[in-house]
Amino acid sequence: MIESVLFYLFSLVAIVAGVSVITQRSPIASALSLVVCFFALAADYVMLDAHFVAVVQVLVYAGAIMVLFIFVIMLLNIRETEPAAMGQLTARSGGALLISGLLGVALIAVLDSVVHQTPAELPAEYGTIKAIGEALFNGTYLLPFEAVSLLLTVGMIGAVVLAKREL
Amino acid sequence: MSEFWLDMLVVVLRCVFSVAFVMNIVPLMIWGERKGAAYIQDRPGPNRAPIDLPNPADLPRLLSAALRGEPLDYKPVVSLRAAGLIHTLTDVVKLAFKEDITPDHVEKFYWFIAPVIAMSIALCTFAVVPFGDSFLGYNLQVSSLDGGLLFVLAMTSLGVYGIMLAGWASNNKFSLLGGLRASAQMVSYELAMGLSAVVVFLSAGSVSLAEITRQQGEALSIFGLVEIPALNWNVFSPFGLLAFILFWVAVFAETNRTPFDLPEGEAELVGGYHTEYSSFRFALFFMAEYANMIVAAAVTATMFFGGYNVPLFSGAFLRENADMVLAVLGLGAIPAFLGLAVVAWKRRGRPFYAAIPSDDPRRNEPAFFTAVWLGAAAAHGGLGVAGLMGGLTGLSALVGVEGLGADLLVFVLHVSSLGVKVLIGGWIFIWVRWTLPRMRYDQLMNLGWRYMLPIALVNVFCAAGWIILRHELFA
Repeated sequence: MIESVLFYLFSLVAIVAGVSVITQRSPIASALSLVVCFFALAADYVMLDAHFVAVVQVLVYAGAIMVLFIFVIMLLNIRETEPAAMGQLTARSGGALLISGLLGVALIAVLDSVVHQTPAELPAEYGTIKAIGEALFNGTYLLPFEAVSLLLTVGMIGAVVLAKREL
Repeated sequence: MSEFWLDMLVVVLRCVFSVAFVMNIVPLMIWGERKGAAYIQDRPGPNRAPIDLPNPADLPRLLSAALRGEPLDYKPVVSLRAAGLIHTLTDVVKLAFKEDITPDHVEKFYWFIAPVIAMSIALCTFAVVPFGDSFLGYNLQVSSLDGGLLFVLAMTSLGVYGIMLAGWASNNKFSLLGGLRASAQMVSYELAMGLSAVVVFLSAGSVSLAEITRQQGEALSIFGLVEIPALNWNVFSPFGLLAFILFWVAVFAETNRTPFDLPEGEAELVGGYHTEYSSFRFALFFMAEYANMIVAAAVTATMFFGGYNVPLFSGAFLRENADMVLAVLGLGAIPAFLGLAVVAWKRRGRPFYAAIPSDDPRRNEPAFFTAVWLGAAAAHGGLGVAGLMGGLTGLSALVGVEGLGADLLVFVLHVSSLGVKVLIGGWIFIWVRWTLPRMRYDQLMNLGWRYMLPIALVNVFCAAGWIILRHELFA
């Protein structure tokens, strides 16, 4: 009971923070709203018994990536963004509506296929680091996992090559 | 009381205990910092602020005066200075009652929440540190999270927000530079810190701090020849030792302590990220630094030095022989407390006491402490005799050392063991601060990225190789 109350509470926090990301004027406020959103999502993962994903969510997104975002915003010292011109605004909101509409349809389709099934009993090992490690390194996800790590390495090397003139 | 409410009560008690554990060591560390700095610099250090104790006979009169809101005037009998411990108390009073200035140019909301974030993150991190094996079947850990050590890393990476926001919201260039330095430094050293923790994961086969601590309570075997009970600490393996050194250096950078305290480099940044803060908001940053040190020392002790385990004596051994353990500890403490009493009594011969008037209440301090230590010796002697009687007659239920009593004794021993390890770690923080000069920023970044990160990576690979090799050879 408590868990579902907390789940909806944190979901509400995540949605409010998510809306705040796009409505705030100051970039720092937007970035911090995103941190709150990530944190609330991590709390939701905990309520769904996915402890490892929750901790990694905080560690990677809130703790590393957003710190770098805020670092850059602080370094450039951007206080407030200028409101965009009306014409630009209509074009942007049109694009945003189109994309979020498509994503919404996809989300409803996915939820529709899941929501009619009765939830299975969770295995005792569900969400533990051991279970995730088995799936990633011993199971079906080995190839995609290694491909993603290769992609990340290539991206990192690419960033260094682009940013540094003389190596 | 239903099962549910009992569980809730246990959860609340665990939270209260772990916060109290950290917050009670904070003043002790501040005192240690001042006294330690003083002794390292060859001066006596803080020793003035007193608490004036009234004559017990005056207490009813003072109580009624206090209830009526009249001023309390009494002639003190003992002026207690307790080697400068009272200074920490006076500091808290001073900081709490100082005017809280909010400069006009700050970003109010972020400026207000920054110290709160710093302090609460420091206290949250302690949630996964186990402070005892079990008490009447309950885990002695606020949260037995599966990814315990990862939670610690996640929390330390969040800790940077407090400092960053403080620096940015203060809206002046020195504070901003302090915040930027802090965030760059903490992000850089997190990598080396995480990688040295990986060595501990690998050797324990688990990320849960409770499991890591439990394994360190097993016997340490030296090439299968000698077995030392309850000393299987991670620091006693070559990879563990290297990982500990890297982790400990990274901890200094994460807690912004000298030689890595560039975020508050007073020579170039005024006070760094907390320049604009005053009163209790400053105190929150100040306490958060010490709370971070204590939590870091506790995590290091748990990862590498056996956590709550008492060296040479496993929890099971202590429980089985609770009576005799109580007897040995209680009776063994008597000479120690008597020695302290003698030392306190001998202080009366110091030149200081000849120089002050004979009716000065400070004269009575040595006698007061002599009485305190004698009382402690008597109390421990009583406990020791009770334990001895229980152990010899086998009627230990009579003196309460069985079940609840044994659990209570083991709990006290485990918490004290963790506490002693934390205090040793805290002393090393203080020692280093007053011995080493501050590093330059490029030196800091070089050390983190060019030395510690590669060494930590190689260490992880070597440790993993050794674990596979050992598995192939011996199992």
